[in-house]
Amino acid sequence: MPDAPAALGTPVVRREGLDKVTGRARYAVEHRLPGLAHAWPVPARVACGRVERVDASAALAVPGVLAVLTHENAPRLAEPDDPTLAVLQDDRVPHRGWVVALVVAETPEAAREGAGAVDVAYLPLDHDVLLTPDRPDAYVPEKANGGHPGLREHGDPDGAYASSPVRVDTAYRVPPLHNHPMEPHASTARWTDGRLEAYCSSQGTTTVRQTLAAMFEVPEESVTVRAEHVGGGFGSKGTPRPDVVLAAMAALHTGRPVALALPRRDLPALVGHRATTLHRVRLGAGEDGRIRSLVHEVTTYSSRVKEFVEQAAVPGRTMYTAPHSRTAHRVARLDVPTPSWMRAPGETPGMYALESAMDELAEALGMDPVELRVVNDCDVEPDTGKPFSSRHLVECLREGARRFGWEGRDPRPGRRRAGQVLTGTGVASATYPVLVSPSTATARALPDGTFLVRVNATDIGTGARTVLGQVAADALGAPGDRVRIEIGDSDLPAAPLAGGSSGTASWGWAVHEACVRLARRLAVYQGSLPHEGLEEHADTTGLADAGSDHARHAFGAHFAEVGVDTVTGEVRVNRLLGVYAAGRILNPRTARSQFVGGMVMGLGMALTEGSTLDPAFGDFAERDLAAYHVPVNADVPSVEAHWIEEDDPHLNPTGGKGIGEIGVVGTAAAVGSAFHHATGVRMRELPLTPDRVLEALSEQGAAHHRA
Amino acid sequence: MKTFDYVRARTVEEATAAFAAAPGARYLGGGTNLVDLMKLGVERPTALVDVSRLPLDTVDELPDGSLRVGATVRNSDLAAHPLVREGWPALSRALLSGASGQLRNAATTGGNLLQRTRCPYFQDLSKPCNKREPGSGCGAREGVHRDHAVLGHSPHCVATHPSDMAVALAALDARVELTGPAGDRVVAADVFHRLPGDRPELDTEIRPGELITAVVLPAATRGLPSAYRKVRDRASYAFALASAAVVLRVEGGVVARVGIALGGVAHRPWRARRAEEALTGAAPSRAAFEHALDLELSAAEPLRDNGYKVPLARSLTVDVLTRLAARSAG
Repeated sequence: MPDAPAALGTPVVRREGLDKVTGRARYAVEHRLPGLAHAWPVPARVACGRVERVDASAALAVPGVLAVLTHENAPRLAEPDDPTLAVLQDDRVPHRGWVVALVVAETPEAAREGAGAVDVAYLPLDHDVLLTPDRPDAYVPEKANGGHPGLREHGDPDGAYASSPVRVDTAYRVPPLHNHPMEPHASTARWTDGRLEAYCSSQGTTTVRQTLAAMFEVPEESVTVRAEHVGGGFGSKGTPRPDVVLAAMAALHTGRPVALALPRRDLPALVGHRATTLHRVRLGAGEDGRIRSLVHEVTTYSSRVKEFVEQAAVPGRTMYTAPHSRTAHRVARLDVPTPSWMRAPGETPGMYALESAMDELAEALGMDPVELRVVNDCDVEPDTGKPFSSRHLVECLREGARRFGWEGRDPRPGRRRAGQVLTGTGVASATYPVLVSPSTATARALPDGTFLVRVNATDIGTGARTVLGQVAADALGAPGDRVRIEIGDSDLPAAPLAGGSSGTASWGWAVHEACVRLARRLAVYQGSLPHEGLEEHADTTGLADAGSDHARHAFGAHFAEVGVDTVTGEVRVNRLLGVYAAGRILNPRTARSQFVGGMVMGLGMALTEGSTLDPAFGDFAERDLAAYHVPVNADVPSVEAHWIEEDDPHLNPTGGKGIGEIGVVGTAAAVGSAFHHATGVRMRELPLTPDRVLEALSEQGAAHHRA
Repeated sequence: MKTFDYVRARTVEEATAAFAAAPGARYLGGGTNLVDLMKLGVERPTALVDVSRLPLDTVDELPDGSLRVGATVRNSDLAAHPLVREGWPALSRALLSGASGQLRNAATTGGNLLQRTRCPYFQDLSKPCNKREPGSGCGAREGVHRDHAVLGHSPHCVATHPSDMAVALAALDARVELTGPAGDRVVAADVFHRLPGDRPELDTEIRPGELITAVVLPAATRGLPSAYRKVRDRASYAFALASAAVVLRVEGGVVARVGIALGGVAHRPWRARRAEEALTGAAPSRAAFEHALDLELSAAEPLRDNGYKVPLARSLTVDVLTRLAARSAG
């Protein structure tokens, strides 16, 4: 085997980049199967109740309409583990937007027209979508998302708080947030002789296959699910969503292949979202800044369909030394769409609250906010008592401060004015756990000197295909262009989803193992390779899921500079800078893109994103991209991502900690703290839109007048 | 699927004739709003009479110094036109603050005036809306209405008009030229759009079958200091929470002419006549501007969740006036 330069750590370009920018890449509903029909959903118009009757006659009379599926005629499915997938199985309407019928037609236009003609009569009941911090029906869940205990308590947090010389008792609100990937949730399904084949915009088709096989009661071998290219997911495609179940039902019902792309306006109700979180944070510290008591209590909602609890109090279990602490969740079950994963669930809203409270504590102490975090750094995870496998939070803060020009910052708020614009800077920490799951993979050497690596990984735009090529090339000692990577097909060796920032670690581990084994075998192989080549298989079960004696997390630091227009209330970010310690960075090009993308998402959370649950109707008022404001280019001036290389032996063979989510985590807190530094006003509710900003500034003005 | 006829008109006469021949027809300009509304089922025309290629795509200077802008001139072209930038800069700024580059390339002058509210209840067939379906009720009045009107609304409708361009035209004393079955007529831009009253389904004073042929920018406001400022939730591609178009001439230490129109606060660009009256002849000062805006906004009736628009419109407009006055004096 010729020596090849190490591929890992180099900025290799995306393998599928050309296909994507030239339109050759096919997405889930771009497969023109012969006889393809199209489906369009009918969302419920009441927020709670039952379907009394569905009259499909007008819809069936629309030219081109083939069928109308309702709970009365749709295929009966086995009960899924995820009850949000039990669509068209009964007459219950658990929230507005729940699918109550599906129209299948020759064209998407006819399906849409048919959907508008379906006449559904409801037996509505009163609904309740209002989350308040003191709802008596809110309860402490046993587990929050990710398997985290709903409540953790150490020592005497209330007593220690009461006796702390410096105290902060504060509250924050993060509104509902929506993933809104560019490619909506979309699937094409075809049944052939009892075999189901689906193209699905998913973050992991191994699970989609398992779920469909169970629901349609066919062997897993009879189901193939492909996701060659995926136009983003941000968590919302981490598990199957109703689109693929509906498409498969419609295909079964009509005997035709069926494509279904959920309409953009239906996504907020059907694919999960980040639920509102209401935070109360109490920090008690000594005069030296050391935290004695940390109390983070989160109230959130879930739907009537299932319990999903955003684990927003969890970061307090990891971030800072606190001998006394309580981190708790309470959840109220409302008549709302079911929340789910959205990029860094838990950490994103949780760190917004915790890190904003840290800024308030720094102010109360008269201490620099970077130094406050340094003082409270720890080498043992507070909640578990385990040592960190590596933790370079302080290095990230120091390096970020140096690059950002933090030194010499005047801490006094409201001092930097140019005309009507006040400017300020802020900092926040970031953290995200190292997750890794078992995966399988194969590596094959072919007689022509090339290699084929197969693993059911999914590239949701991150560069996974490219990075796995690098992992394989290094393990094989071969140039990258000799390695072919096959991913995105459930017939490939089973692999976990692209989620939890764990994809590269999980798949890469199996790919590395398979390639190392193959290289060893080739090293002693005599003669020419057989026609079909030589193949090695790896399965990291037992390795990847083995417990660790170490607490494993990535860390980072965010710095932000904002300008606040005191006349209009407009807040604009001038600069964002992040420094991350996330293990080994495998591909600087794609890694930077992920970090920057996360920071832009955090910028959106801070300034522009958020939706409103309409109390009268029970749905989200902002349901398209004109009303739900993701940042546009003009909102994103200078964003820099840097990193500190870590050599952590307690991770996985690739040495990476996962980078997909940490970029979003602390951004909103850094922006919020910069806003305070600019204006002297604490905003405790996101996003920082002109209406709220003006109100806060005018309250400050009124307070000055009273004083 | 819902079918409709499509007619591409070559002349104005062809367009009005085709429209008259097809009850339920709509004129199609750039299609940037109408086509969206057709997809949503809000608009269900029987026929589209495409007027985007009519020979109304020129900007012509008239002998009196006014500027006649053809109805099919694209927003991008109008914003970039040297005579507009020089003579009526507020219009150029207003156009450039609207939508996105791609949309401005497609949107026409006439179509911009006729775009419809972005009220989410109007766009959602599953909810009541008196504008979309008269008599069905208003979902926004007690619903989600942070973006809605604070001036001139009615129990039937609290929607705002979304156009930036129309706000500038109202302040600049522009005129809208129409042709129709009863002949040609001219309507002042600041009353071209209506208040909702008990007929919220009617956005404008346009009569059935009438076609916008041009917008005229008058010589009287040419070259005067003018400005447009828009406040929005993100830096681009968002509708106004509030906006202000102002034209101001100061002579001999007093306000000789002032035009103020507010956007994002009413069912039409809100010409601030009371403020203008108070300012005309007065010495331009921040106090005078504040007083004038207070007079104007005393008519405001904010809803439960949009009270911020009153102080926002006030501070924004005072700021624009103050800057223009400084420029006028300098």
